[in-house]
Amino acid sequence: MQEDRFPGHRFLPYLLILPSAAIIIIFLIVPFIQSVQESFFTTNPFGTKTIFVGLRNYMRLFASSDYHKSIVTTLIFSGFVIMIGLSMSLAIAHLLNQKIRGRGFYQIALIWTYALSPAVAGTIWALMFAPATGIVPYIVAKLFGGYVLNWMTNGKLALLVVSAAATWKMLGYNIVFFLAGLQNVPGELLEAARVDGATGWRTFWKITFPMLSPTTTFLLFVNMLYSFFQVFGLIDIMTRGGPGDATNILVYKLYRDGFIHMNSGSASAQSFIIFVVISIAAVIQLRVATRKAIYSR
Amino acid sequence: MIHILLILLVAVIAFPVIYALITSTLTFQQAYSYPPRLIPGNQLWTNITQAWERVNFGRLFFNSTVISVVVSFVKIVLALLAAFAYTHFRFRGRSILFPMTMVTQMLPLPVRILPTYHLMASFHWINSYYALMFPFFASTTGILLFRQFFMTVPRDLSDAARVDGTTPMRYFLQILVPISKTNIAALFVIEFIFIWSQYLWPLIVTTTADMRVVQIGLKMLLASEQIAPEWNVIMAGTIIAMLPPLVVLIAFRKSFAEGIAMQSEK
Repeated sequence: MQEDRFPGHRFLPYLLILPSAAIIIIFLIVPFIQSVQESFFTTNPFGTKTIFVGLRNYMRLFASSDYHKSIVTTLIFSGFVIMIGLSMSLAIAHLLNQKIRGRGFYQIALIWTYALSPAVAGTIWALMFAPATGIVPYIVAKLFGGYVLNWMTNGKLALLVVSAAATWKMLGYNIVFFLAGLQNVPGELLEAARVDGATGWRTFWKITFPMLSPTTTFLLFVNMLYSFFQVFGLIDIMTRGGPGDATNILVYKLYRDGFIHMNSGSASAQSFIIFVVISIAAVIQLRVATRKAIYSR
Repeated sequence: MIHILLILLVAVIAFPVIYALITSTLTFQQAYSYPPRLIPGNQLWTNITQAWERVNFGRLFFNSTVISVVVSFVKIVLALLAAFAYTHFRFRGRSILFPMTMVTQMLPLPVRILPTYHLMASFHWINSYYALMFPFFASTTGILLFRQFFMTVPRDLSDAARVDGTTPMRYFLQILVPISKTNIAALFVIEFIFIWSQYLWPLIVTTTADMRVVQIGLKMLLASEQIAPEWNVIMAGTIIAMLPPLVVLIAFRKSFAEGIAMQSEK
């Protein structure tokens, strides 16, 4: 389908792709294949001997209550970050997407959290929620008759606080993309709906929201990757997976098992399971993206 | 009315950082005053020097800056070259190579982390800039972004160049790259922020204090607490850590917004 704009250059395209392809093969594809391989082996604690164990690493994981707990924690955490984060960002972007004065200012004033790293977000939220001295426990104590808010001992609360911090950090990114998506919704369509007497609410759900579906699916996928992996720094700074295992999401458990407990077989199996989940999401995302492309032709 | 709502939103979203800023200007005692103090003090510079000395922030800052700039630059160059090949040439194996590039979206670092680490060890790259940079050089986002843009470049442009006898590489350097500058700036913002924020990989592949990056510096600041966290110093470090990506985003905000808008257009 792609045209040949410079016929006769037979080797040039390979040369152009070579650097990217080399990096991808050496640092991504080969290590991934090795990782899958390693998941069928176990290494003794000194790393001197490797034994083939078939699917035992996987069976052990699926039988482990720690792993189950980590899955549930990840689901709650990611669910929170994705659902709450995306709906808030969409609402804010929708609010911003109109002719108002100072739009440029509002735009940058609402998206800058995108530039913060998860570790920075974690540090700041740890300050805000610092037991006894932070501003949030102070406000809570004032409002609820001296209630002591301590997320360092309360697992459920810890999970809520790290989820909120992770969501806050991602608002900026999501708003940028929703704004871009909203600007591509044809104005005539919205105008026609208005002339027909449709309410703003109805127009949003019947026209704007469906037209946004490529943006929404893309953001769903990006936020999933974010809440699965990039939040590692935030978790490490704030809770290190604790208290207990309350915030021990899959990537944190993987790090602990692979690099602290040196259990490479189990860690590799965990890597592969995460890969399967990500791939399913990626395929769904691609499907939706291409379907939209066909519509618009 | 809408302005009140928007300003309220801006304030709520900014509050955590404002609170962090205020804390970074206080003394240790003030940072622990009850009720929490919301009036800035005058200790900002003391705290910054404290943070700076305590974890050798100058060195970490240098490391993070070099890594972020070099990786972003290489990523952009490699992505431009690959996108040029995919949009301007027909060659055998393209139908395999292109999907292969896309599959890498499904291979973020954690799904291949142990073997990548072992690879670094076998190259003797542990605790080096190479380990901090090489695994990040390929950019699916970049290839997709430029590919989409190059496909919209009218064929007349390349035809005219070809008729004039311009070589493909000259056409690429003198026409294609200059007209892509908005996209390049947008990608630079995305990649710089992405690399600056890396945490897990630097934590694993660096072993000595002089090879650490800014993000790990925050962890070190938090860990170096004596009795209670010295929030005033920690927040001074946090402010330093968040400044460079913020500056990049604000400096390139227009190109960034345009680049994103272009990408989501169909």
